[in-house]
Amino acid sequence: MIVSQDRGRYPGRLIAVEGLDGSGKSTQLYLLKRWLEMKGLKVFFTEWNSSLLIKKATSKGKKRQLLTPTTFSLIHCTDFADRYERQILPLLKAGYLVLCDRYIYTAFARDAVRGCSPDWLHNLYGFACHPDITLFFNTSLQIALGRILGGRPQLKYHEAGMDLGLSSDPYESFRIFQGKIYEEYLAMKDRFRFIEIDGADPIEAQQQKVRELIAAEIDLAHYRSRTIV
Amino acid sequence: MRFYGDGIPGVHPEELTGRLIVMEGADGSGRSTQMDILRDALENKGHATVNVGLRRSTLVSDELKEAKQGNVLGEITRSLFYATDFADQLENRIIPALKAGFIVLADRYIYTLMARDIARGADRGWVRSLYGIALVPDLVVYVKVSPAQLIERNLRKNATLDYWESGMDLGLSRDSFDSFISYQRLIQKEFALMQAEYGFSTVNGNLTVRSVAKEISLRVVDILGV
Repeated sequence: MIVSQDRGRYPGRLIAVEGLDGSGKSTQLYLLKRWLEMKGLKVFFTEWNSSLLIKKATSKGKKRQLLTPTTFSLIHCTDFADRYERQILPLLKAGYLVLCDRYIYTAFARDAVRGCSPDWLHNLYGFACHPDITLFFNTSLQIALGRILGGRPQLKYHEAGMDLGLSSDPYESFRIFQGKIYEEYLAMKDRFRFIEIDGADPIEAQQQKVRELIAAEIDLAHYRSRTIV
Repeated sequence: MRFYGDGIPGVHPEELTGRLIVMEGADGSGRSTQMDILRDALENKGHATVNVGLRRSTLVSDELKEAKQGNVLGEITRSLFYATDFADQLENRIIPALKAGFIVLADRYIYTLMARDIARGADRGWVRSLYGIALVPDLVVYVKVSPAQLIERNLRKNATLDYWESGMDLGLSRDSFDSFISYQRLIQKEFALMQAEYGFSTVNGNLTVRSVAKEISLRVVDILGV
């Protein structure tokens, strides 16, 4: 098994975005991806909780509320492992720029809030390498909540953290849950060298900053696709 | 009771008044037969029992069966899938039964899963921490049968050797007979290494069904006083 934090051995580069729901991270990663693609670079995008293989089990577990903090954590880790083993790692080896919408830190934050032991979680994800660049979209809790709750959406049970029994009102539960996750992010940001982006800035200004950062950190020309289309 | 590691959030092991007995051994070791005999004996004495085994969770058992058919899972993914299956049964079957004072009979437990993962190159420390969620059983009976005897019993039963029990995915040999022998030796070596740490009660499974049952029954009485 590849238990490696040593990213240097692979020619590819791994870029992850983290942040609360409503922090704008997905929008920014999408714009980054478009920019990289249009420059003709080898880019691969993957998002949290999207392995086709595991999806059925995850949605069954969520729908029937079969999941406990431990199985919730394990099934999301299984999902991540499937994407890691079959896509992220091979593509890094193939010299791709791999973009991840949420990475292991999402699990560290959420599962810790659900009561899983941090040591156990860090070991669980020990097979995964840390990203070259982790962008943390730091938005005040108020702004993030406002963006999500503004439209009074139908919140899903686990999304609202209802399984934690924080409140019987889904919106109130979501607020408390997101607040706890935000604290976990703040506690992690230095340890895992997150680069902070102010998620309250205009979209264009954030994207400008993201592109500058990426161009400064990575020799982009090196990742040009050599395949003639 | 206690957990091997950090355990399960929200579960207080001191509330678990039941007993947990684990039976480990390869396919063809007579494990399941011995499980049935033990259950009969315990119920005969008035103990309530619950049976659990691998790949029986509501959460992922169907997906695991499906995945076994094709070779689609990566090593880490498969390890984690089995761990999810185990955790689901631990929380939804084993722990509730132990709370209610049942004797839980586990047809295989984390040791088989750990040995399989390690034989496939998993990091020992990683696997051990992963299964830190497991409860320490009151008794682990390891029915040990020589690989040659296992082959004979498996062939008598199915006329063919199981792909996974032969460890064919490891590429030890393209011949299923040779692969089976090598793989079972690997697994037995892992069990031998785990023996010291986890304190298995090893039973010689090469003997007759009746003498193995007698041996197991003695150990159950000895350790549980039941």
